[in-house]
Amino acid sequence: MDLVKLNIDGRDVEVPAGASVLNAAETIGIHIPRLCYDPCLSSVGACRICVVEIDGIRNLPASCVTTVTQGMVVRTDTPAVAEARKAILELLIANHPLDCLTCEKMGECKLVEYCYQYGVSESPFQGERHAYDLELNNPFIVRDLNKCILCGKCVRACAEWPGKDILDFSYRGFNTKVTAFGDTSYIESDCVFCGSCVAVCPTGALTEKQMRGKGRRWDVKKVRTTCPFCGTGCNFDLNVKDGKVIGVTSSPDAIPNGRVLCVKGRFGWDFVNSDKRLKTPLIKKNGKFEEASWDEAFDLIATRFQEIKEKYGPDSFGALGSARCTNEDNYLVQKFTRAVMGTNNVDHCARTCHAPTVAGLAISFGSGAMTNPICDVDDAELLFLTGTNTTEAHPIIGYRIRQAHRRGAKLIVVDPRRTELAEEADYWLQIKSGTDIGLINGLSHIIIKENLHDKKFIEERCENFEEFEKTVAQYTPERVSELTGVPVDTLYTVARLYATTDKAGIFYTLGITEHTTGTRNVMSCANLAMLTGHLGRPSVGVNPMRGQNNVQGACDMGAIPNVYQGYQAVNNPAAREKFEKAWGVPLDNKVGLMIPDMFDKANEGKLKAMYILGENPVLTDPNSNHIRKGLEKLEFLVVHELFMTETAEYADVVLPAASFVECDGTFTNTERRVQRVREAVEPLPGKANWETICEMVTRMGYPMNYQNPGEIWAEMASLAPSYAGINFERLEQRGGLQWPCPSCDHPGTPFLHAQSFTRGKGLFQGIEDVPPAELPDRDYPFLLNTGRILQHYNVTTMYSAGLMTLRNEEYAMVSPEDALELNLNTGDRIKVLSRRGEVETKIQITERVPKGMIWMSFHFPNTQTNAVTSDAVDTIAKTGEYKVCAVKIEKLAS
Amino acid sequence: MPQELRIVLRNVDKIDALKIDDYIDANGYKPLEKARSMPQADLIQEIRQSGLRGRGGAGFNTGQKLAFTYSAAGDQKYIVCNADEGEPGTYKDRVIMQSDPHAVIEGMAICGYAVGATKGYIYCRGEYPYVAEILNAAIAQAKEKDVLGEFDVEVCLGAGAFVCGEETALIESIEGKRGEPRCKPPYPPVSGLWGKPTVVANVETLANLPQIVDRGSGWFAAIGAAGYPGTKVLTLTGDVVNRKYIEVPTNTTIKEVIYEFGGGIAGGRKFQAVQIGGNSGGIIPESLLGTQIAFDAMAAVGATLGSGAVFVMDETRDLRDVVCRMAKFFEHESCGKCIPCREGTMRMFDLCEKVGQGKGTAADLALLQEIGETMAVACFCGLGQAAPTPVLTAIKHFDLLAGKGCA
Repeated sequence: MDLVKLNIDGRDVEVPAGASVLNAAETIGIHIPRLCYDPCLSSVGACRICVVEIDGIRNLPASCVTTVTQGMVVRTDTPAVAEARKAILELLIANHPLDCLTCEKMGECKLVEYCYQYGVSESPFQGERHAYDLELNNPFIVRDLNKCILCGKCVRACAEWPGKDILDFSYRGFNTKVTAFGDTSYIESDCVFCGSCVAVCPTGALTEKQMRGKGRRWDVKKVRTTCPFCGTGCNFDLNVKDGKVIGVTSSPDAIPNGRVLCVKGRFGWDFVNSDKRLKTPLIKKNGKFEEASWDEAFDLIATRFQEIKEKYGPDSFGALGSARCTNEDNYLVQKFTRAVMGTNNVDHCARTCHAPTVAGLAISFGSGAMTNPICDVDDAELLFLTGTNTTEAHPIIGYRIRQAHRRGAKLIVVDPRRTELAEEADYWLQIKSGTDIGLINGLSHIIIKENLHDKKFIEERCENFEEFEKTVAQYTPERVSELTGVPVDTLYTVARLYATTDKAGIFYTLGITEHTTGTRNVMSCANLAMLTGHLGRPSVGVNPMRGQNNVQGACDMGAIPNVYQGYQAVNNPAAREKFEKAWGVPLDNKVGLMIPDMFDKANEGKLKAMYILGENPVLTDPNSNHIRKGLEKLEFLVVHELFMTETAEYADVVLPAASFVECDGTFTNTERRVQRVREAVEPLPGKANWETICEMVTRMGYPMNYQNPGEIWAEMASLAPSYAGINFERLEQRGGLQWPCPSCDHPGTPFLHAQSFTRGKGLFQGIEDVPPAELPDRDYPFLLNTGRILQHYNVTTMYSAGLMTLRNEEYAMVSPEDALELNLNTGDRIKVLSRRGEVETKIQITERVPKGMIWMSFHFPNTQTNAVTSDAVDTIAKTGEYKVCAVKIEKLAS
Repeated sequence: MPQELRIVLRNVDKIDALKIDDYIDANGYKPLEKARSMPQADLIQEIRQSGLRGRGGAGFNTGQKLAFTYSAAGDQKYIVCNADEGEPGTYKDRVIMQSDPHAVIEGMAICGYAVGATKGYIYCRGEYPYVAEILNAAIAQAKEKDVLGEFDVEVCLGAGAFVCGEETALIESIEGKRGEPRCKPPYPPVSGLWGKPTVVANVETLANLPQIVDRGSGWFAAIGAAGYPGTKVLTLTGDVVNRKYIEVPTNTTIKEVIYEFGGGIAGGRKFQAVQIGGNSGGIIPESLLGTQIAFDAMAAVGATLGSGAVFVMDETRDLRDVVCRMAKFFEHESCGKCIPCREGTMRMFDLCEKVGQGKGTAADLALLQEIGETMAVACFCGLGQAAPTPVLTAIKHFDLLAGKGCA
């Protein structure tokens, strides 16, 4: 790198060419005031407070946009500079409410800081001041434009981080104002309330509504933790005052998100303070819950679980760990199930989402996780997205994809729905639902036919190519076009582009996995990446974006019926012996039940008791009537929960759970990054979840005497080579650690399969197209597709007052063509009926869905979408086919 | 008696602007042919040697600008004609475009060949829709006659913002964005329109080019003041007998402009002050009337040549009122991007209004001076930096608190 030598305030300094004078000064500890400058945003040089003197330049240039040159002589603090800065501050406060005594930003306000520094206590200028109304009409952000200094950081943050481009300057001169389109308020605009604007605002113009009046900035304790919503694993600071969380703020040093968060992460935390939280154990007596002491609850649980185990055998018990709870909690749940209850019947909601990923990638590569880190998106030259509505389900990854595309990366989106990224993509392949295998086989066919495959990679790193080649030979572009609905030309273009682009990564979520062919869809993605050698290096790979904050970790911890932590198979005698020795009890050697099997067995009367931690299968699992019936038949059910959920209603004992702000531990995000979760406030029920589990299990005669989650992790890691190098001390470092991390001097593994695959050679498989289990027909003419919306998450968000203000009911998506035919308008109510059940919902007319498709989320208790979804499951991983079932529609009187 | 020398106005009243054949008969488009017969580097060198400097007000050597653009890497380059003539009292570009549009287009085509640009835009002031019509007609004729070859020209109409006369704000406006100046560097020759190397040149500058190519750099360099050779088109307004446009060699003095060409002060009244270069120019007292209307000579006395507007004020004008109106203009035209301009122009206007009402104090003038000096060095672009010039020069040369006839 070329270095440039210059002199700043009499000191020589050498910095890389291209650096700004402001940054050069920083390297020698000189802080030049700045209002519009932000290291994470483009520089505009607009506030002029960072002006300096430079020899040979007539004016005072803004140091943030002045590039260093060889021999430059800079003075940052001359009388002229001070005079200019002072004058600028005097001009600013001439039109700024000086209500600092009650201003929310006091303590972090840049204007206050610099006025103090330059001794500006009042302005010599009289005259007009702005008198804008306070904007209070949204639940999260208070806008006081009277305090806006028009630095434009919010405008740039909106454009350069989420890429929503909601904000810009309106009007001009003294009347300049930052507004959404047409000078509307945030709530009237397309704002997604990511709050990036609030995060960068240097004054009190933008503040967090939830934090108003709750505490001065200097009295607030900040506790860094990991977000409890999707699997991106954003980090942020819980703001704590007087033992209560009052807000969330973001920080530039957070990995993987920096200061960007989504509406859930930044504003959805308030569920932890909901008055609906459970605080004491509840025991159901005569069909009604009564408050009970912990002792009563533990005694009853210990007695009933032991009775049932003795009477019906170990396999009459099943447990659900939780993709929302810590690794330590999940480790304890599976250990309890295996070591105490004596069964491998433990599972969690990965079953309903990415179980096909875990299974499929394990078969193809030997390891079922995202091959590459999130940050690889930034350098990618091509992003191939399939079955992912990334900007809603994984917003921060979606925003990075959007920005990479804006910087020039090619974007290919495969989705039957016109998602935001589909709209922006270079190529949007609007496939017919459930034709993923056909599409990928078709692309592979073209790549092989045009000799664009990576023969060296296939030869050296993979096996069974011939079978794959033979299969895809049948998938001619014409046949695939007919099958998928994608034009032949587009198939050729996309196949060539993916094959010939060096840094091309595949990203997918549940549009791939939630099919009866889910595992095979996943393996098809693996085939395509192996075919073109897009594996084992930066910015390539097969990247499943996990849906829940710790769904990766819950799988890693062995809260699935076939493996102990670190994917050590329960039916591997060596592994079992190791765990028998460590846990001091004999262990069952057969694979346990997956969730759908558990509820089948419960319906059959063979599964008698369950412990469910932090999951709500009634709302989230397909064919919920089947789930409800199963729960009803159980003899004894313990639900360990934050709220009285639809599932908890069926419990015999409800244990109150601690929320993520009340627990120490770790979450593992989608890129295998183990990160700390930190206790910011005392657990509301008095016990953290790990403590509750330990006491419950100890009461059953199996002592669990951990002092803290760090000890639980240490035991877990000592038995799993891929985590051996990770401990709580090392996790204090920025960004945690990405497994595999086999030793304490190992830096962690950003991308997998560098030299060889986890299983040795990558396994090609010939995979045939199979249609979904239930397609529309004459009786049920519509295809129902389901998923998540930006403002909500599978659980907890319904208890966030703010999020519920934004969206509190279902609006099923209906295409304009269908709406016309059915005489529907946005806001009308319909009944959606399938062969399994029915549900009522409002509708919205939108071009995001094609004709013939209805799309619904599963978030709202008033519209329990999973009453109608299909109970057909993936043949390997038993994940439900949430993305395709046949329904009919009846218009309801409004 | 000094005489006009018409180079860019040579065809005024001699040809029909809407007849390309008239222009061609007057030797039009032959210079372009000649330029295209020269190697690009030689052409640029020829223009550089003529000493032609930008006539929009910044006075940058045109050949140098072309050389920068020529050597900048870019798969596409652009020529942008700045026809956003917004300085009050200035209408020279309008006259040139209305009476001889092909001279401008030919100048652009010469630049296009010199730097390797195939596309040009004329950013025409929003208040000149009728000029845009003439330009469009001329472009259509030039295309029909196929005199431009592969060089294409398009007219963009401005929307009334003064700041869009600033070259980077102009570029933003063409790109469809809010008209605000960009950070410089990079300058347009390196990264201009759509991020590509771009020549932005004023109408008058471009109209000089065919003549320079035709008659040679030596001919041009010998005209007028040595450091700023050639002629300057001036527009005379205010309290002068002849309110008109003239084109004179650049070594002509202000006094000659007002008294010889302008016919002196109207109504036999006494001269008080003159402002040259539009609202961004300084207010000049009688003692400096011997200054030549050349870029460096004007700069040397703390004034500017600017766009070449000459606004003459007689003894009856109340300078406080004049200055206040100018402050109002800048308050209205500030784009709002940078703090010192956005807030400063507004507070300056406030104070000028107070002074104009005869309520000003010495402290008000001191504050005006303080804020004006900060703006001059700290504002983002030329608009803000120049905005305080009339106020600062008025304070310097006149006693504003005394009011009328204060010279």
